[in-house]
Amino acid sequence: MDAATLLTVIVLAVFVGFEVVSKVTSKLHTPLMSGANAIHGIILVGAIIVAGQTTEPLLLTVALIAVVLATANLVGGFVVTDRMLEMFRGRKAKATPTNGDTA
Amino acid sequence: MNILSPEWTAVLYLIAAVCFILALKGLSSPKGARRGNLIGAAGALIAVATVFLSTRFENVPLILAAIAIGSAVAVPIARRVQMTQMPQLVAGFNGVGGGAAALVAVLELAHAEDPWIRLAIVFTMVIGAVSFAGSTVTVGKLQEVISTRPLIFPGMRWVMSIVVIATLVTSGFVIATGAWEWAIAVLLIGLVAGLLLVLPVGGADVPIVISLLNAFTGLAVAASGVVLGNILLVVAGTLVGASGTILTKAMASAMGRSVAGIIFGAFRGGSTAGSTEQSDRPVKSATTADVAVQLGYAQNVIIVPGYGLAVAQGQHTIAELATSLEARGVTVSFGIHPVAGRMPGHMNVLLAEANVPYESLKELEEINAEFKNADVVLVVGANDVVNPAAKTSPGSPIYGMPILEVGQAQQVVFLKRSMRPGFAGIENELLFDPKTTLLFGDAKDSLTQVLGAVKAL
Repeated sequence: MDAATLLTVIVLAVFVGFEVVSKVTSKLHTPLMSGANAIHGIILVGAIIVAGQTTEPLLLTVALIAVVLATANLVGGFVVTDRMLEMFRGRKAKATPTNGDTA
Repeated sequence: MNILSPEWTAVLYLIAAVCFILALKGLSSPKGARRGNLIGAAGALIAVATVFLSTRFENVPLILAAIAIGSAVAVPIARRVQMTQMPQLVAGFNGVGGGAAALVAVLELAHAEDPWIRLAIVFTMVIGAVSFAGSTVTVGKLQEVISTRPLIFPGMRWVMSIVVIATLVTSGFVIATGAWEWAIAVLLIGLVAGLLLVLPVGGADVPIVISLLNAFTGLAVAASGVVLGNILLVVAGTLVGASGTILTKAMASAMGRSVAGIIFGAFRGGSTAGSTEQSDRPVKSATTADVAVQLGYAQNVIIVPGYGLAVAQGQHTIAELATSLEARGVTVSFGIHPVAGRMPGHMNVLLAEANVPYESLKELEEINAEFKNADVVLVVGANDVVNPAAKTSPGSPIYGMPILEVGQAQQVVFLKRSMRPGFAGIENELLFDPKTTLLFGDAKDSLTQVLGAVKAL
């Protein structure tokens, strides 16, 4: 990857990052933070690459620790975000009959 | 395996990157949020499958075992954690991600000939280590294992300056020589810097720091992408870094604070600690029966829940109170300040967990227009977010913070632990207003009693 391409990609990604969250409702700040947190768990890809390239036991051990940590970030992050959002959605379904009762 | 050509690898990484963008986009609106998160998870799955299929790897069984261990540890925790402990969990996951990025960078040092690549490695190591150590401290503070008060010691400013210089010097050696020993030194100093950065931050500002460290980890991941020549890591990391920065700014401004003020406030001796003096001016206190009558015979009630409710874990009780008031024909809505709870947006999650309909949760601007039509406002465990000083006294530390204007309602009832001022350490004039009554006690206990009294009406 040459430097100019890299710079282009980074600058565009910064703008996309700014743009997608600029209108987020404050109600969703916690799930959004948690979701963004899960996304950077993609460092797992980097950890897999370094673990797959070494045969030296010490380096391999460190790389495998990185794989464990990155997996925890990635998988745990998506699971817990889903759990939060499920409540946001599931409640609507439950709310409808309750409203019907009082009306 | 070498199944995928470089072209297909690039296409699949692009698809994964698009998934992440759609995930963040989806998370910005309640409608598409859950689907957005699932799209993000799908993108991650595509990316991990792609890396296995595109490169000739050693140690595949060991790597798969490590992934299994990571999942086996994280999934049960993510499933079982209480919603009130969400901030700790997010901080914890963020910390391990930062740690992973730092380790990846160290391991790549052996392959890095180009000084620019070594610069990216050092950047990843420092930011990753700061994020790891900083997140660990935030988890400690949120669990109250570490004091939530700002921890400062004499000469801290000097220690911090020395740490910054040491980071720069050791980083310079790594870039110049690529030596292991210096890289380890950089990591250790990065850890110390992370500790020093977060220890002086006061309890209520910790969530902002979590968000900031989240953005930091994003940047570390992006830099590691530069090191590995992996475009997906660059895009995903930059996305999180950029969106995390915006989110941090949005949260800080909802608290009327600047990010720099939060991080460096304690160093400058700013007043983030707050006063703990009790006021002895007279207030009107009420009994649970009084409050129950006020609420039960009102037409329009607005509930303003705050940090105290989250601490007392009273979200289910307050939801039940709202339901039984609605059964009596009272219109109930919730006015949620953006920073109510233990992290921004946290109160919405807690009330959602307690099955409060999403439509009843009103944001600041929306609810401020409705206070003048409210018969009673019930403020539970909140103080600074309803303090009119934010609008009226320019000298006050919270001046300029957007507040919920509960003073416009006919009557205001505060459920409070004590007369101690809130986190910002300033008295709330509203407490002494003739239309205000106070019910003292633990938020959950008070709510349970009021609920019982309302049911008995």
